[in-house]
Amino acid sequence: MPFEIHPEPDAVAPGDTGGRVVIAHLSFPATFPSVRAALGALMAGPVLATVPEDARGTAEIVLAEAMNNIVEHAYVGVSGEITLTLWQAGGEVGCRITDRGLSMPDDTLPEGSLAMADTPADLPEGGFGWFLIRSLSRDLRYARYGTLNELTFVLDAEQSGPGGPVVSVL
Amino acid sequence: MKMTSETMGDMLVVQVDETRIDAAGAIQFKERMREVTVDAAPRVVLDLSRVNFLDSSGLGAVVAVMKLLLPARRLELAGLTPTVEKVFRLTRMDGVFTIHPAVPGALRDAV
Repeated sequence: MPFEIHPEPDAVAPGDTGGRVVIAHLSFPATFPSVRAALGALMAGPVLATVPEDARGTAEIVLAEAMNNIVEHAYVGVSGEITLTLWQAGGEVGCRITDRGLSMPDDTLPEGSLAMADTPADLPEGGFGWFLIRSLSRDLRYARYGTLNELTFVLDAEQSGPGGPVVSVL
Repeated sequence: MKMTSETMGDMLVVQVDETRIDAAGAIQFKERMREVTVDAAPRVVLDLSRVNFLDSSGLGAVVAVMKLLLPARRLELAGLTPTVEKVFRLTRMDGVFTIHPAVPGALRDAV
């Protein structure tokens, strides 16, 4: 492996990051079922138990999009691993997701704008992922360290992102 | 991907009997919907009341099914749970689909 300088997951540790407490640190195979299983464990487990349901739903969307994206694009056609670290600081949950797959095109995060269509037949069937990530997270950053992709962002652990009232079911 | 479908007048109501339509299940969802809607009525109402999570792959699959039914048939949605509703709203797909709080017939029966 080539020499790399990058923050190892362990660098994000309790005590050395200004009040951040690591609440989850897990690695798993980069497959859709593994992403689903990891999300299931996180959402059902004690890690996000103090986060309101609405914000937990938002977190699940962002995490799912970011990790499925790695499965689909970074590791396209090859196997690999995803490492997820979550930390909590006050009303925020910080997220760091790393992989050793392909880098982002031009080492830049996709813009993630919504494609509009004139008729339903022209509607896109994809391309919503980065739009959702950008809409629902803050301080989104991507970096490439040698062969490591690092995505970091912050989620609100107290209330959801932009949104209106939820449709009530009678 | 478990689903149950029932014809109610001019509607085919398809209930998704899973809690998620995500990247791991989007293709199966699309295939099952293709099967159950082969001889579908003009309106297909997708009951999502048991689905508590849908990601962009799931959203893409729902859009694909809607396009599959064009031009003669319409896909309508019912029973969106909060996180699913959020995905439709943020991506402005809530303006593309007719969204019912609950399956129209079921609502009528309940009153």
